[in-house]
Amino acid sequence: MAKSKPRVKVPKKADKGEVIKIKTLISHKMESGQRKDKKGELIPRQIINHFSAKFNGETVFEVDIQPAISANPYMEFNMRAEESGEFEFIWVDDDGSIYTKKQPLEVS
Amino acid sequence: MKTSRWKMSLVGALAGGLLLGSQALALPEGVDTVEVMAASKDHPLQEIRSGWNYRSPETQSLQSDDFENPGFIWVEQGAELWETVEGTEGKACATCHGDAAESMAGVGAAMPKWNEKLGKPINLEQQINACRTERMGAEAWKWESNESLSMTTFVRNQSRGMAVEVQTDGPMAPWFEKGKELYYTRVGQLDMACANCHQDFYGQRIRADMLSQGQSNGFPTYRLKWQKIGSLHRRFKGCMKQVRATPYKVGSDEFLALELYVNWRGQGLPVETPAVRN
Repeated sequence: MAKSKPRVKVPKKADKGEVIKIKTLISHKMESGQRKDKKGELIPRQIINHFSAKFNGETVFEVDIQPAISANPYMEFNMRAEESGEFEFIWVDDDGSIYTKKQPLEVS
Repeated sequence: MKTSRWKMSLVGALAGGLLLGSQALALPEGVDTVEVMAASKDHPLQEIRSGWNYRSPETQSLQSDDFENPGFIWVEQGAELWETVEGTEGKACATCHGDAAESMAGVGAAMPKWNEKLGKPINLEQQINACRTERMGAEAWKWESNESLSMTTFVRNQSRGMAVEVQTDGPMAPWFEKGKELYYTRVGQLDMACANCHQDFYGQRIRADMLSQGQSNGFPTYRLKWQKIGSLHRRFKGCMKQVRATPYKVGSDEFLALELYVNWRGQGLPVETPAVRN
């Protein structure tokens, strides 16, 4: 597949104290490093090995990802909305690339 | 055979009950039914059921939310390609066809279509390439390439929720008959025809898997096994390999005829593209 493209779904607005659901998905082949190609040689591992979500600079969700996770990994988590601010989502690729996406949240 | 049919309908009724009960809202997004009655008595199936019915609640829930549905990665890529100018004529799909939501609505539900110039039916993948080579002056996309899959998925997604309806009379009649013959012809070392699984035993288990009716309304489909989206012809090839036959080629006349016939078997089902299957 072409370049990895993150998708994020966060409500634009929330009430103070409301628990909101954050959904994220990134297109990625998640090559496990255990498969062999047609010549019998190992295909090198290339996965997203880390995902984190920051809100106003503070980490609110973080996960280390292992090779058994399927292609196009989907992450979902809940968070209590206390103040307005900005989410930053960060995916770290084995090859060193970092994919990020930002999304604002308005709390009233 | 009689007992197995009875068992089958009982299983169907139970599954239907579950659907109506706890998960009444768990239909594929953009689709309001996954089961229709056969239009005529000549139809080999009494009720026509989408492959959706035979998948686990986990797989279904992936499809019932457009965000979670990984098939939408390809829909989005297709939308980008739709606007991309390519070839010697300096055109993009959008140059002629404008807004796909309007111009492409219903197109994917009625493929394959008779093509006068070629003197044979043409399916969506082939029509896209015909546009590229004839009108855009661009190179044809390879079957199953990321671009071909993205565009096919994007275009067919514009028909989501619309009923599958293909022409089977007139010049299409011999192709329909050819497809029907292929469907019922036993092939391969296991000596099996499509019908031996998808007509005789749908709703029952084949080892760990649940047999569906082999309907095509969700294609191109995101298969968890493939970890990506794939074309109907790729699925045909997979089935043929499983019965240890030599598969026809993607885009071959044989698969084109089979596509026409299989689409007819699912006539009336809503297009679910991109569906999620295991």
